[in-house]
Amino acid sequence: MDGSNGEMLSTEEKVRNFSINFGPQHPAAHGVLRLVLELDGEIVERADPHIGLLHRGTEKLMESRTYLQNLPYFDRLDYVAPMNQEHAWCLAIEKLTGVEVPRRASLIRVLYSEIGRILNHLMNVGSQALDVGALTPNLWGFDQRETLMTFYERACGARLHANYFRPGGVHQDLPEKLIADIQAWTEQFEPFLTDFEGLLTENRIFKQRNVDIAIVTKQDVLDWGMNGVMARSAGLAWDLRRSQPYECYDEFDFKIPVGKNGDCYDRYLLRLEEMRESIKIMQQAIVKLGECKGEDVLARGKLTPPKRADMKTSMESLIHHFKLYTEGFHVPAGEVYAAVEAPKGEFGVYLVSDGSNKPYKAKIRAPGYMHLQSVDHITTGHQLADVAAIIGTIDIVFGEIDR
Amino acid sequence: MSEALKDLVAVLEAKQSDAVVSSEIAFDELTVVITNAGLLDFVDFLKSNSACQFTSLIDVTAVDYPGREKRFEVVYHFLSMVVNQRIRVKVCVEEDELVESITSLHPSANWFEREAFDMYGILFANHPDLRRLLTDYGFEGHPLRKDFPTTGYVEMRYDETEKRCIYEPVKLTQEYRQFDFMSPWEGAEYILPGDEKKDA
Repeated sequence: MDGSNGEMLSTEEKVRNFSINFGPQHPAAHGVLRLVLELDGEIVERADPHIGLLHRGTEKLMESRTYLQNLPYFDRLDYVAPMNQEHAWCLAIEKLTGVEVPRRASLIRVLYSEIGRILNHLMNVGSQALDVGALTPNLWGFDQRETLMTFYERACGARLHANYFRPGGVHQDLPEKLIADIQAWTEQFEPFLTDFEGLLTENRIFKQRNVDIAIVTKQDVLDWGMNGVMARSAGLAWDLRRSQPYECYDEFDFKIPVGKNGDCYDRYLLRLEEMRESIKIMQQAIVKLGECKGEDVLARGKLTPPKRADMKTSMESLIHHFKLYTEGFHVPAGEVYAAVEAPKGEFGVYLVSDGSNKPYKAKIRAPGYMHLQSVDHITTGHQLADVAAIIGTIDIVFGEIDR
Repeated sequence: MSEALKDLVAVLEAKQSDAVVSSEIAFDELTVVITNAGLLDFVDFLKSNSACQFTSLIDVTAVDYPGREKRFEVVYHFLSMVVNQRIRVKVCVEEDELVESITSLHPSANWFEREAFDMYGILFANHPDLRRLLTDYGFEGHPLRKDFPTTGYVEMRYDETEKRCIYEPVKLTQEYRQFDFMSPWEGAEYILPGDEKKDA
């Protein structure tokens, strides 16, 4: 109260806006988000996200490490779908050095990128449901995620921090049994999705909480730099896998689901549909992998280690191996921007090289960063209870936002 | 792809000759260096011209070159979903030079510019809310500058006697390791103790 004419004001006029802190310890904040909300009753008037609580200085650290040492940092960005991030880093290095990835490695990358997409969407749809009051879908989703994590583990030895995609290919070939198991998994996943959908799609409470909430228009998408599911829910058929194909996505047959209303419910439906498309891509990749059994998965050269057998007999291979893992490889001077369609949207890396064995500058462009930025724009005018639904639908992970 | 980019360069050089300093196509990517003064007009042109339609802002960042007279490069990435093209726009600025904020044209530039301010100390004129974004509340310095040490200057711990978090100068039991991998036969000049007497 300013006190000047305080006694003249009626009780209603004395009511002030109320500010609350949402997070950083709130379970629906999906990590360490501190959201300062200014409320007029139940209506949000302004949302000011405070980020950086998980800032680890990845970009600074990367400047003092070799290109290969930097790769594991990408697993730690969006830790829900680690390999998709590694992919962008590898593509950037390959673009600068002009290395061609062997066909088998390319197919494995596609296969695991799609596994990453399903990992992400299962997590997101499950926790979105949890945020609006349904526990079961989340648990079901985690059951399937567990199997997918085992596929990660069987390929590279780690459930989360894979370090599997390497500049010039992938670390190791996949065993035949693993490919067969992935095929068997895709077959049981379709009926699972139908079951999963039965829990939510026509659920009255789920619809009440999601339909017509957080509507995003085409203009919003452009103004706020949105990508991925956010853009597609508004009706923009934009998917980098189709519009600017990288790896060998141009030879796969899949559809890009597009929404009509741009609300939370549309985005939920899109994520389900994208999982179905990912299954199709995975099954096609498995067929194609069967056609190139036993081929090398690394482009042998300066970027990649020599074969183990060569190291036993050839001095040059031994020296090369030693130099690669101590000094690392040198990347010619130049700058590139490489982007992939990560599950959350366009994940890009802007890499500036000065010709040495360390990047001069690496900027990570995370999709969640832009989406979280638009929270103020989206939530304004919504109920406080909708904030949880909105944070769920924009699909944020703080690893990639805070870097 | 690069044919289309060449056409785009021709359009830009014809219509925005005042702003464009140089342009280059490398790795199928177009980089245009423009003057600081012409930034806002140029971005507006990119957004509204029918041949460009760069309506999506992808990224804003900066690169630090301490050796240069104009120390920072502010780098913008734009995407045109209609024409399916990307462009990289660069502005070179000195340390205390103001850069016009493009938030009026692209609201999404808000956080990117805050981050560039936070990390490099670049000041953006007419930015609605130029606060620090990623670093701690009350943080000093600009971490991504090349003269900022990777270890930082302060470390934080909870003090049992004062019952609060306190900051103190960073103490490392081991020096931060920076390896020099240059091999002698690749032309590295090693300065050994006593070498300076040679020139004296």
